[in-house]
Amino acid sequence: MNAPLPAPPLATPGPPLWLLAEVTYRCPLHCAFCYNPVDFARHDGELATEDWLRVLREARAAGSVQCGFSGGEPLMRDDLEVLVAEAHRLGFYTNLLTSGVGLDARRAQALREAGLDHIQLSFQDSTRELNDFLSHTRTFDLKQRVAGLIKDNGWPMVMNCVIHRLNIDYVENIIDMAVALGAEYLELANSQYYSWALLNRDQLMPSRAQLERAERIVNECRQRLGDRIRIFFVVPDYYETRPKKCMNGWGEVFLTVTPDGTALPCHTARMLPGLDFPNVRDMDVKSIWYGSEGFNRYRGDAWMKEPCRSCPDKEKDRGGCRCQAWMLAGDPAAADPVCDKSPHHGKVVKAVEQASDPGWKGGAKPLIFRDPRRSRELGAVEKSAAGA
Amino acid sequence: MNRENIAETAAPLAGACPKVSRRFRLQWEEAQQSWVLLYPEGMVRLNRSAGEILRRCDGTRTLETIVGELEQSFGASDLAADVGAFIDMARQQQWLEAGAGRP
Ligand code: SF4
Ligand code: SF4
Repeated sequence: MNAPLPAPPLATPGPPLWLLAEVTYRCPLHCAFCYNPVDFARHDGELATEDWLRVLREARAAGSVQCGFSGGEPLMRDDLEVLVAEAHRLGFYTNLLTSGVGLDARRAQALREAGLDHIQLSFQDSTRELNDFLSHTRTFDLKQRVAGLIKDNGWPMVMNCVIHRLNIDYVENIIDMAVALGAEYLELANSQYYSWALLNRDQLMPSRAQLERAERIVNECRQRLGDRIRIFFVVPDYYETRPKKCMNGWGEVFLTVTPDGTALPCHTARMLPGLDFPNVRDMDVKSIWYGSEGFNRYRGDAWMKEPCRSCPDKEKDRGGCRCQAWMLAGDPAAADPVCDKSPHHGKVVKAVEQASDPGWKGGAKPLIFRDPRRSRELGAVEKSAAGA
Repeated sequence: MNRENIAETAAPLAGACPKVSRRFRLQWEEAQQSWVLLYPEGMVRLNRSAGEILRRCDGTRTLETIVGELEQSFGASDLAADVGAFIDMARQQQWLEAGAGRP
């Protein structure tokens, strides 16, 4: 018998293994780093229950196996239990990504009975409530209640916290909070600068000194805490010189369906110009995945330009993130400017230098908090910010 | 993983019935033509031999039984060492219940 792992690679493109069902953009919170599109309020008209049930069936038939229910706050939909039950029946591994707002004992039990496999609970310091968050008061009470429900239902305890300039100095408090809540895994995810976080980049981007200190503290906590909790610390890609292989490759693994039924290779891809993404109301999942222009455009490497086209690393990172290329280089087919071979890398360096300058005043601007009114006002900002 | 666990996994006891951990779900995926282990937001795709071993780790078969079944279906003898090594690795990955089915 041969060595156990890994299995031979799947044909390209393989099936859409990961289905992210963004069931609603509604959310009671106002995070300044929210990953929903800035103009989310324009995309109302949520898919009905029957549409989602059909999408689940089609995706499963196309080979999807992990299903994440996210939003917005997915608990805002009162048919969530129905969707989870169908996903479970179809053989999906079901994940709920939630802030915990709206989860009570009754719903937790209903979700358990529906076959929900896992809840990822976010510490959503909406930044407006940073002090409250850090002083463990209201947020802590809520998370404690939800953590108790997660434990009572036998789900693994996975916590996530978005890290940024305003809370990065308190990673140790955040880790201790996660431990106190009984988390087995904690993901400290540095904010990525898309959507609302891009609007607030000046205020949210940590300095290099902050980042290095946080990394050191995380390592010390890992030593101190040993097996009690596994901590993942995701460094912001602005501090790297090579981009990440965004979404594990465009159209290779991930399929996102937005609240209004638009199918995307990644939850921010909607911002890209000149690309029509299909809607699950008009096309079935298999045709969307294998046959649509939106999904095929940036598959493989035929679309690449220099310096990526002749780069020895192009298989490794696929030229990075298309959205970041659009936002910073003004061309979705350019190299991700995080790469130091990109002619636009200077913009990333400048943002990092600014954030690291002790005299930097940009951080004093007021934050723009996500809410529907702001979203309508700012509908055009994200597009006009491109190339800036 | 502490020292004790490692010592334990290094020598699977005769008569033990390995069992896939309740933290993972093992299932056959038609689209991938393979067995996969599912866990929160993740998946391990197993090759044929790993899948054939793990699907027998249901807490009712001893290691000897598993080896016997595999030797029969693969038309091979002397698989004990390979299977044992895989079981060790699987325990270290925490794919198997720690100490499940131990006498
Ligand atoms: S990031 Fe915050 S505001 Fe945005 S959907 Fe999540 S919880 Fe709601
Ligand atoms: S040049 Fe393009 S392919 Fe090469 S490392 Fe940079 S982004 Fe990746």
